[in-house]
Amino acid sequence: MRSQVVQAPPEQQLLPQVGLKHWGRWVVGALIILGIVALGWSAASGNIDYAAIPGYLTHPVILEGLVNMLKLALLSMVTAIVIGVIVALMRVSNNPVASTVAVVYIWLFRGVPLLLQILLWFNLALIFPELWIGIPGTDVEFASFNTNDVMTPFVAAFLGLALHESGYMAEVVRAGLKSVDPGQIEAAQSIGQTPMQRVSRIVLPQALPIIIPPTGNHFILMLKSTTLASVIGYLELLKASNNISSFNLQVMETLMAVAIWYLVVVTIASFGQYHLEKACDAKGRTPGAPARGGAARGGVLSNALSIPLRRNKS
Amino acid sequence: MTVVRSKPVIDTHNPADGRAPVLDARCVNKSYGSHHVLKDVSLTVYPGEVVCLIGPSGAGKSTFLRTLNRLESPDSGEIWVGGDPIGFRLADGVLHELPERLIAAQRARTAMVFQHFNLFPHFSALKNVMEGPVKVQKRKPEEVRKEATDLLTRVGLGDKIHSFPSQLSGGQRQRVAIARAVAMKPLFMLFDEPTSALDPELVGEVLDVMTALVQEGRTMLVVTHEMGFARRVADKVVFMADGAIVEQGTPEEIFENPREVRTQQFLDRVLT
Repeated sequence: MRSQVVQAPPEQQLLPQVGLKHWGRWVVGALIILGIVALGWSAASGNIDYAAIPGYLTHPVILEGLVNMLKLALLSMVTAIVIGVIVALMRVSNNPVASTVAVVYIWLFRGVPLLLQILLWFNLALIFPELWIGIPGTDVEFASFNTNDVMTPFVAAFLGLALHESGYMAEVVRAGLKSVDPGQIEAAQSIGQTPMQRVSRIVLPQALPIIIPPTGNHFILMLKSTTLASVIGYLELLKASNNISSFNLQVMETLMAVAIWYLVVVTIASFGQYHLEKACDAKGRTPGAPARGGAARGGVLSNALSIPLRRNKS
Repeated sequence: MTVVRSKPVIDTHNPADGRAPVLDARCVNKSYGSHHVLKDVSLTVYPGEVVCLIGPSGAGKSTFLRTLNRLESPDSGEIWVGGDPIGFRLADGVLHELPERLIAAQRARTAMVFQHFNLFPHFSALKNVMEGPVKVQKRKPEEVRKEATDLLTRVGLGDKIHSFPSQLSGGQRQRVAIARAVAMKPLFMLFDEPTSALDPELVGEVLDVMTALVQEGRTMLVVTHEMGFARRVADKVVFMADGAIVEQGTPEEIFENPREVRTQQFLDRVLT
């Protein structure tokens, strides 16, 4: 198709045009704004002391809860990623025992609800009053602890969150590993790369852009899941607000302060995730690149679709 | 797993010039479940020879090629590359299976070009070519960079050395893949249907590069459906069907006077 400069006809020959008024949009828009104003008005007329909220944002107990929440979330997430990578590698390994154990592990820790897992860890002392390290079946014992001393709210919450999340992370990592075209491994083999080199030079660089975005998502979920630790008395944000409101009965004021803190933390995390994702895209895919994995195996069709066909005479 | 040698080492030196073969595959068998895909396949290749494997799809040509660098491990049989049993270590007349880490070192002496190119998408063309020599053979990056640039120029991609695979056409990708294989300075090169995934108008540029390699005197094993190419460049044409070698000979013997009915039928179908 060739574009041509078309000479516009003289202006006086053109009739005036009237655009569509979109009355429906105006009406719906007005109704929505009306609804929001009504909501805001009723919120303002509620029996709540809004002026107290900013004060609670920086209340020492709330700040302690914030720090504890971040500690719990970060430690649980890092542990979950480490366990997830190990379980994913076991899952794809050729060893049938390792792979079966990985399947059962994922089934167990993804299957039991998170709150239930936290409660199970916290109440471990009911079935094992004492934890000891030694050789089973002998009298050899290196150390023993009172379970209740070990299983503090922090430890119980950490175990629940980290192990539950590790089941999900294992699947995320496995999906990333699976997304790498098997032909890539064969090519790496054909130039004589060792198994270690194949993983570090070829598989991981191609799997990471697939693994990182959902991991960011899971971290945001993890941040919010820490509220469950309040149930066993761990002083994170929610527990902190309860502690304050149980004295002064400003329940909604403190809860709202906690909600604001969560929005702030999650917004920062989302921002980080967005940039991480963009960095992954830029690194793994050059502009106009095909979706990874499929192209090499897809053959003529996907190659033809994903690349501009050029005729080259060599 | 150990394999006890059941027969004496056969002297496979070339009767004409006494040279040792670079590749000696003996009685290679492979099954997938009940499907017997390779049946006692034996093949000897001498330095500088170009061997083309032809035959109907499902004949086991690609599987056989992939056993030669142990991408596929045969159920039985031996593959000797440059005098070493690939996948094994010979000690006291017994072949001991090697771990993958050591098989990798054996593979580094050969090179392969794949049907679907299998370039590393996260590396530029230059990096794809340099990866093996630098990371596997531990050669100096500066020296390899110069060599790789020369190689890419020779396959007609001197202006594309910094392009990523996704920015190249199928023919260009396959030429990078060939450069990547040549950079390994292999004893022999394996080509697994190198033009089958290409659009028809891109086949020529890849065959031209391969013809140039033949003229350089490189040892090549090519699984191909390009009968014209096989006829023109092969020293030996091997016809395979149903997992076994049906007949082998010079291009004239196979294409002009095939002895086996199976070969005739195949050639009648593909050459008309």
